[in-house]
Amino acid sequence: MSKTLRLVLDVLKPHQPNALDFSSVLANLGADYRVKLTVTEVDKNTENTMITIEGADIQFDEIKEAIEKMGASVHSIDEVEVCGTELTSN
Amino acid sequence: MILNNQKIVVVHVLRAWNIARRYMVTNGFDGALTMLGMLTGFYASGMTDLYVAITACLGAATALFISGVSSAYLSEKAEREQELRELEQALVVDLRDSDYGQASRYLPIFVALVNGLSPLLLSLFILSPLYLAKLGYSFLFSPFINAIILGLICIFLFGVFLGKIGNTFWLWSGLRTLIIAIATVAIILFLERFI
Repeated sequence: MSKTLRLVLDVLKPHQPNALDFSSVLANLGADYRVKLTVTEVDKNTENTMITIEGADIQFDEIKEAIEKMGASVHSIDEVEVCGTELTSN
Repeated sequence: MILNNQKIVVVHVLRAWNIARRYMVTNGFDGALTMLGMLTGFYASGMTDLYVAITACLGAATALFISGVSSAYLSEKAEREQELRELEQALVVDLRDSDYGQASRYLPIFVALVNGLSPLLLSLFILSPLYLAKLGYSFLFSPFINAIILGLICIFLFGVFLGKIGNTFWLWSGLRTLIIAIATVAIILFLERFI
């Protein structure tokens, strides 16, 4: 069973909630999650963002659900770092 | 996750609060001036029947409540739905189950209640001297005069509130709205001479 250590997501979000509240919600999904959000483009209604999430075992389904609940959408998974259980047991 | 959701809900409520505050002042002012006008009319006509006065004013207050709730709900619902549609087009997602979708359903209700309750509660407060007189309490002036004074005080305080919002000197702001109310009373008393 593999564990996801790092995800970089291309997310399109509305202006509200703002970047700080948005990333705080994602960070609170896991005890050791570190979230970095970079706004790449802004238009009248939306913002394009790159969100980097790091942790010991990232649950993508929960993150996707939280993002959609806030009115945003995951356009693509741009980067992934995953490790197998044999590596983590070492 | 529950705390996160509450925080996002608060964000949406705060956005609606500015609109609700505007409605509260506008319709509250309407309610106060309507009561002031009716009470001045009753006083100028020499009427002393408290039951008729209270019933008539309650009828007007109820109509203001229903008008406030329905008009605000319909217009706010249309605005929220339009905003949601625009956002859905921009994001290319269905937002019905998101916080935005929920906000478009419950925030119009919140704004409508503020818009309706504002004139109703203010009217009930202004009419309180009439109720108290009907219950047998007596005051220095006639109940109509007391209610008119209460109405003028409420309108002055509205002006003070508006001054605080607009960051202007509270006294000038209060006096401005008070002058409007006194002018209303004066016009009604003047017109009564021609009836």
